[in-house]
Amino acid sequence: MCNTHDHSHTARTVLTVEQDILQRNNLLAERNRGYFEAKRIQVINLMSSPGSGKTTLLEVTIRRLQDRFPIYVIEGDQQTSIDADRIALLSVPVFQVNTGAGCHLEAGMVNHAVKHLEPSEGSLLFIENVGNLICPALFDLGETHKVVIVNTTEGEDKPLKYPHIFREADVCIINKIDLLPFLAINLQTLRENVLRVNPRLQIFELSATRGDGMGEWCNWLKLKLRT
Amino acid sequence: MHELSIAQSIVALAEAQAHARQASIVEELEIEIGRLAGVEVQTLAFALESAVKNTMLEKARIVRHDIEGEGRCGDCGAVFATETLFTPCPRCGSYAVKLIKGAELRVKSIVIDK
Repeated sequence: MCNTHDHSHTARTVLTVEQDILQRNNLLAERNRGYFEAKRIQVINLMSSPGSGKTTLLEVTIRRLQDRFPIYVIEGDQQTSIDADRIALLSVPVFQVNTGAGCHLEAGMVNHAVKHLEPSEGSLLFIENVGNLICPALFDLGETHKVVIVNTTEGEDKPLKYPHIFREADVCIINKIDLLPFLAINLQTLRENVLRVNPRLQIFELSATRGDGMGEWCNWLKLKLRT
Repeated sequence: MHELSIAQSIVALAEAQAHARQASIVEELEIEIGRLAGVEVQTLAFALESAVKNTMLEKARIVRHDIEGEGRCGDCGAVFATETLFTPCPRCGSYAVKLIKGAELRVKSIVIDK
């Protein structure tokens, strides 16, 4: 570059920055993470496209586990408190974040929500991200586990079309397996596509409405809370 | 449209650096965006146009470097160019590939003036 020499009539300077654009979010996420670790709070970030059953899965999971652990929920949606109202019916503390035009939750929003919720030591905190398979992938919230949910009705190719979110997650839930008899989807192909994008993903196949596979998923959560 | 958040973060980051040096204007902004970073560069360019309005970067020339994807196989160690997040290793076929280039989202440098 030719900017190394200084022109006497100007104070033009080249500054080397070399900083990650998401640094502010990542720093806040690490602060969240430190707080969660110190209080032994397991934080599960649920991500999926809209309508894949995140809230129903949450309701069923809460009913199965709420006698064993204190459970808290952060709900992310662009608008309304419909989901928070559903969770509140289960007598679980819940905080609704409305992102307005935003398509994902960021670490600062979780930080704010946690200050209101004040989750107790050894608790389970669910974050239901904004329904979107794209944007939430980029924003670390400080969670312990990222869980991506994909539906049998969404077909076999979603992991290949939206690879970032599957890449970032450590658990994949294939939901609505009760609908398999009515669908042309090949579950094995979906499973293979999930593992092509991320061979480390732990897969749970379940139906939140009918209850299939819920035991395994809840056992996994119990195990996480014990360690 | 997370590109708008990204654009706002870029502006905030550059302004913070410029403020620290008592600059009044940012003339140039140099960024690195990996092709597999999950950011649509056309959308980002559009979002930046809005994000710089009424900031020190309003007149800044934006220099963007697009970084090609490169993976390293976790099983055999081969390093290879990749255009997707799920290209198997060309040597052994494994999908356990770690992305070593192409996920960059960085502000590299700025040119400021007082």
